[in-house]
Amino acid sequence: MVTLIFDGLAYGMLLFVLSCGLAVTLGLMNFINLAHGAFAMAGGYATVILTNQMGMPFLWTLPLAFIVAAVAGFVLERTLYVRMYARSDLDQVLFTIGLVFMAVSGMDWLMGSQQQILHLPSFLLGRVEVLGVNIGIYRAFLIAVCGVLAIVLQLLITRTRFGSRLRAAVDDQRVAHGVGIPVKTVFAVTFAVGSGLAGLGGALGAEILGLTPNFPLEFLIYFLIVVSVGGTSSMLGPLYASILLGLADVLGKYYIPTLGSFMIYAVLVIVLVVRPQGLFARAA
Amino acid sequence: MTARPDPAASAATDTAAAETGRRVVRTMRRALRWSLPEILFWLVAFASIFLLPGQHLILTEIAILAVFALSIDLILGYAGIVSLGHAAMYGAGAYAAGLYAIHVTGEPLTGLVVGAAAGAVIAFATSFLLLRGGDLTRLMVTLGVAAVLFEIANKAYRITGGADGLQGIWMDPILGRFDFDLAGHTGYVYCLIVLFLLFLLARLVVNSPFGISLKAIRENPLRASAVGIPVNPRLVAIYTLAGAYAGVAGALFTHTQQFISLDALAFQKSADGLLVLIIGGTGYLYGGMIGALAYKVIQDVIANITPQYWLFWIGLLMVVFVLWGRDKPQRIFATLAARLRHRREGRE
Amino acid sequence: MTVVLETRNLCRNFNALKATQDVSFQLHEGARHALIGPNGAGKTTFINLLTGVLAPTSGEVLLMGQPITRLSRHGRVRRGLARTFQINQLFPELSVVESLGLVISERRGNGADWWRYAGRLPGLGEEVAQIACDFGLDEVLDQRVADLPYGKQRLLEIALAIALKPRVLLLDEPAAGVPEADRHEVLARLAVLPGDVSILLIEHDMSLVFTFASRISVLVEGALYAEGTAEEIAADERVKAVYLGEGDDE
Repeated sequence: MVTLIFDGLAYGMLLFVLSCGLAVTLGLMNFINLAHGAFAMAGGYATVILTNQMGMPFLWTLPLAFIVAAVAGFVLERTLYVRMYARSDLDQVLFTIGLVFMAVSGMDWLMGSQQQILHLPSFLLGRVEVLGVNIGIYRAFLIAVCGVLAIVLQLLITRTRFGSRLRAAVDDQRVAHGVGIPVKTVFAVTFAVGSGLAGLGGALGAEILGLTPNFPLEFLIYFLIVVSVGGTSSMLGPLYASILLGLADVLGKYYIPTLGSFMIYAVLVIVLVVRPQGLFARAA
Repeated sequence: MTARPDPAASAATDTAAAETGRRVVRTMRRALRWSLPEILFWLVAFASIFLLPGQHLILTEIAILAVFALSIDLILGYAGIVSLGHAAMYGAGAYAAGLYAIHVTGEPLTGLVVGAAAGAVIAFATSFLLLRGGDLTRLMVTLGVAAVLFEIANKAYRITGGADGLQGIWMDPILGRFDFDLAGHTGYVYCLIVLFLLFLLARLVVNSPFGISLKAIRENPLRASAVGIPVNPRLVAIYTLAGAYAGVAGALFTHTQQFISLDALAFQKSADGLLVLIIGGTGYLYGGMIGALAYKVIQDVIANITPQYWLFWIGLLMVVFVLWGRDKPQRIFATLAARLRHRREGRE
Repeated sequence: MTVVLETRNLCRNFNALKATQDVSFQLHEGARHALIGPNGAGKTTFINLLTGVLAPTSGEVLLMGQPITRLSRHGRVRRGLARTFQINQLFPELSVVESLGLVISERRGNGADWWRYAGRLPGLGEEVAQIACDFGLDEVLDQRVADLPYGKQRLLEIALAIALKPRVLLLDEPAAGVPEADRHEVLARLAVLPGDVSILLIEHDMSLVFTFASRISVLVEGALYAEGTAEEIAADERVKAVYLGEGDDE
């Protein structure tokens, strides 16, 4: 049981890193980026190629996965996304689904449709017994890395100059612009960092989530649940939502194998009925 | 109702009011009149039965896709509900019609009703999750509902055939007389007639007080409720109706293909429907039909050039189309219709 | 005189902020009553509580003596409570005819009719025409609302509420943003509104308040501060102080 909770926690932390970028872009630019998973996939494939084919140490590939996805995000934001901010939700949805389709089939063309097997270094494999609890080393690694990331992000947003600019821009774009905050740059940097985090999440999750070209579509619903349950007003909401979702998914699949994959939807329905504005959203 | 002290002025305003009244009635009835492009559209559609006998299989697909897109137009174009999971209702209709044909009877017309009912039930049951929250919640809920149904159909393979698809569907002749043939002639006429009837109903509904209240909700839900429109019941009603339409589309697919795979519930199906409608334009009912035709033609052209990676091209099409401005084809059509109307009214 | 609209100890808090504090208010039949107050006094919150856009933290709202505190927005409209908005809330893509027609068919209980064309509802066209003429909208009947000049939009804003034939009408700054040239037209329409409609005017503009209203309530920091006839309020030193203290805004 404790092992399961530990696994669920690891899974949830991973989901947080994957989707926190989406929460920020949604909160900041009010932009529905359904292609968020494509950046995660890019990071995942970057790591797989670098480790498996080029023999680079796994840990070294993680920052590269971040950079690949962040650069892709930055370029796309400046060239394409920037044209879509003022458009209707429907336009944004169509546009980003189009990007997803291109990414999915482009990756299929590049790498083939089979699932990619990531060769983790041996020191991250295996399990250890800690205080009578059987713990997977890689799961522990995930919790540590993602936990640190979550703390760094929260500090970045609450304590730094960039963070306060970001929060100002989220609250009111026009006012932020008026007091001299370079809103466009804030947008671009935030988008790039959000995409980069997704890429890092994709790299970290390549082993346990299963990496195929279909990744952006398969996990789209998870991302959407995280941001709509967690809200976009702080980093903590999505964090709690991710952990809740991770636990529900892992425990559900273990205890009720036939219905396990429906567990997340059950959570979703309950949240929608009880608190339609999101479980952790700031009460307006 | 207004206080008017001067009787002479009052009489003058009364005649003016009567004249205005006639003008209002004329304006209101304009929506009822069949414009020339509309008449031509349906003449061409029905002429294709005789003029393009070799294309009936693909035309059948187009007609079914058009019903599906028409269903999306009812919720998106009129009520403003963005959905990423309309395949849920389509697939429910398809499977319901298939199971009905296998276990009850192969009679197609009652099968259509069963398909419609299945779509409507799914839509009605899930509509309540759509009422609260904004577009993002709706995207998530619709996506989630379709994903759940997909998983159910996948897991319940004893009933649905799972990933192998539902097989062994045999259809009786329509009205006991018209057998489904391999060249798809009967199937096409059948689908086209159903499409036309559903279109007629939709045309009535969207121009009814109910339909106009939907547009009001789409335009401004706050004001809609402030003029006494019960917003939520209206949204539930149109979502259920659209569900029935999608269910019929699914049933038509089952009847003409006599095989159902999980594709009927896949995300791809929902996205296809949305794209088809967007290509043709939302909110004037013809978008789904024009879009279905254009979509299939584009698919055909691309398949001839490069048979693989269709998804990539469809994605590119969506991106370019949205960047270019998706309302352009519709505007061209509207300008054309307006010009024709002007000319006709000029003659009168 | 009959009380048509009443609130009893109405309160609404936004976290720590008390936007409406213990307001007990009465609107009499046929009244021309104005609700004034400095910026941020909670006038709009009060309207939102009356119409059901917001739920009160405590207290009651009564329409014709019936409690409507828990009634839906459209339910209140059906019982005869209509409002206009400070910032236009129209249906931009609909035409003037469609906008008025939909309101009237809704009032008549035909709003859910899906089986007949709106254009076939008997007498609808005539009633649309009547209101359009009353509000000077007869020249722009088939125009898209989004294409109308602002003055006409403002008139439509009021016409939509009048088309509901309300017993009680809440006017939220009806002349707000209307250019000087079109202002008299809006004011003229307000002056000839049917006498049996009880009107609560929420207004910032004192000249409009004193020409229109015979009775005035003053709202300050969410609470009723003073109430009386127009003359009494005009002479009230405390009210003057509130307005002078605020400085002359707008």
